[in-house]
Amino acid sequence: MLETINAEQLALVNQFLKLFVFVLAGFVGFLVITRVPPLLHTPLMSATNAISAISIVGALVAAGSDHNRVATVLGFVAVICATINVVGGFIITDRMLRMFKGGRS
Amino acid sequence: MIAVAGGAGAPSLGREAVTLVTYLAASVLFILGLKGLTRADTARRGMQYAALGMLLAIVGTLLKEEIVAYGWIAGGLVVGSVIGWPLGTRVPMTAMPQRIAISHMFGALAATLVGVAEYHTYLRDGVPIPRPIMAALGFEVLFGSLTVTGSFMAFGKLQELLPSAPLTYRGQNAINIAVFGGTLLMFAYLVARPDAQPVFYAMTAVAFVIGVSLVLPIGGGDMPVVISLLNSYAGLAASATGFAIDNSLLIIAGALDGASGFILSIIMSKAMNRSFGNILFGAFGAPVASSGAAVTGEMKEISVEDAAMQLAYAQRVIIVPGYGLAVAQAQQAVRELADQIERRGGEVKYAIHPVAGRMPGHMNVLLAEANIPYEKLLDMEEINDQFPETDVAVVIGANDVVNPAARTDQGSPIYGMPILDVDRAKAVFVLKRGKGKGFAGIENELFFADKTRMLYGDAKGTLTKLVAEMKAL
Repeated sequence: MLETINAEQLALVNQFLKLFVFVLAGFVGFLVITRVPPLLHTPLMSATNAISAISIVGALVAAGSDHNRVATVLGFVAVICATINVVGGFIITDRMLRMFKGGRS
Repeated sequence: MIAVAGGAGAPSLGREAVTLVTYLAASVLFILGLKGLTRADTARRGMQYAALGMLLAIVGTLLKEEIVAYGWIAGGLVVGSVIGWPLGTRVPMTAMPQRIAISHMFGALAATLVGVAEYHTYLRDGVPIPRPIMAALGFEVLFGSLTVTGSFMAFGKLQELLPSAPLTYRGQNAINIAVFGGTLLMFAYLVARPDAQPVFYAMTAVAFVIGVSLVLPIGGGDMPVVISLLNSYAGLAASATGFAIDNSLLIIAGALDGASGFILSIIMSKAMNRSFGNILFGAFGAPVASSGAAVTGEMKEISVEDAAMQLAYAQRVIIVPGYGLAVAQAQQAVRELADQIERRGGEVKYAIHPVAGRMPGHMNVLLAEANIPYEKLLDMEEINDQFPETDVAVVIGANDVVNPAARTDQGSPIYGMPILDVDRAKAVFVLKRGKGKGFAGIENELFFADKTRMLYGDAKGTLTKLVAEMKAL
């Protein structure tokens, strides 16, 4: 077991593990989302949009790691964009869902 | 990546573990959030879970040892919040499609920029990029940048900054395919030679162009599919970011977004009875040469007084709203009309076609905003059986989705599209701005039928007059 593997092979194995995560998450997403009624399709899209603003995680690292000026500035703009979706996305989804009221009110 | 973070020793491992725990919690909370959306009464709580997950993930990231400078981060968070707040609180529900389109742009732009920053940092530090990482970076900037411009074009069309009609030219598909093929070649070259910097930036630039040329030839009426598809791409770009920077949370959240957009685009194209390929490359909105049988006869107008009288005595009424309702801002007026009918003992339901409005589910949001209880908003499958027992069906600003030619006329471009069976109701009122045709440019024989009566004019004005008339009865 002492044979060495290079960075390339390690990355390949790593990507495959991530592919498992991707496929399984996509599967869970498919099963859950096919059960969302058409009534809520607009909030669904706005919700998934807000959730995918999770790329803010990558943006924060790029903006705050002090690697080089280019990465910092690109990261800064990315943080702005992602924050717009986090803040705006969750607020507007809640605004919509608040409007859906059952009868006999 | 935990192992290579080393150097500082034990404390760094502890902090990294805290971060990973917040990511795990966020993944679970996101999925619970979407599960909440499967029912109207649990949806709000679900989204609160998801928002908590997002907060946890952000805090967890800020704890990471790699983050050494907080100035730019704080600035970005503040500026983003200042822009995001009004986009969340101020945008009217009628503008939701363009609002969502522009947020796809922001999401995709964030992913693209992270990809470019990552690529730049690798090359600058002289670290060779492993090919599997390069493949992920390539997907990230490809999906990201075409979604940025594609969403911006969709936004422009929906906001009516751009003409909503498809923009086409001769040889368009051939040129698009050539550009797309060229991009794939550049991508393949990059995976083989990750340090080919000019190729990377050329590929990114061309992907921006692809986004433009993908959306410009698509007409306004097909926007529900386009928005869903861009939703999916934005998710895939986020997922690819996760592959590139080794972050499972990004992969999971992106996969959920990608799956959701994909499912919605399938539902939308089924509702239009068209394939993806046809929507993307068909330029459907172009004038149709001939629509099979010509419609003969005359559209018969009815006065507001007579219409009000008939509605007052109707026992079962179904309202069929279309995009025209949103254009006329008539949601509140519809509700007042329904109140009048219900006051006189009639029963009112709403029939919602999947592609009514400019994005999936748009009509439901608009009617919910007018305080209509969601139990009365029924999908096409739920309500189609009920039309034969309906005394009056009131069509407001909808056209193609109630065109019986979709069932009967094989020559019609919308033949096979599932429609609301409004023509089976005992009587039909159609509120319409003028005598024009629908998005697809097709005559609607329903409007010429013996049981149909037309009420011309602005929908809001007509509804207000109907309400006043019914109150006076």
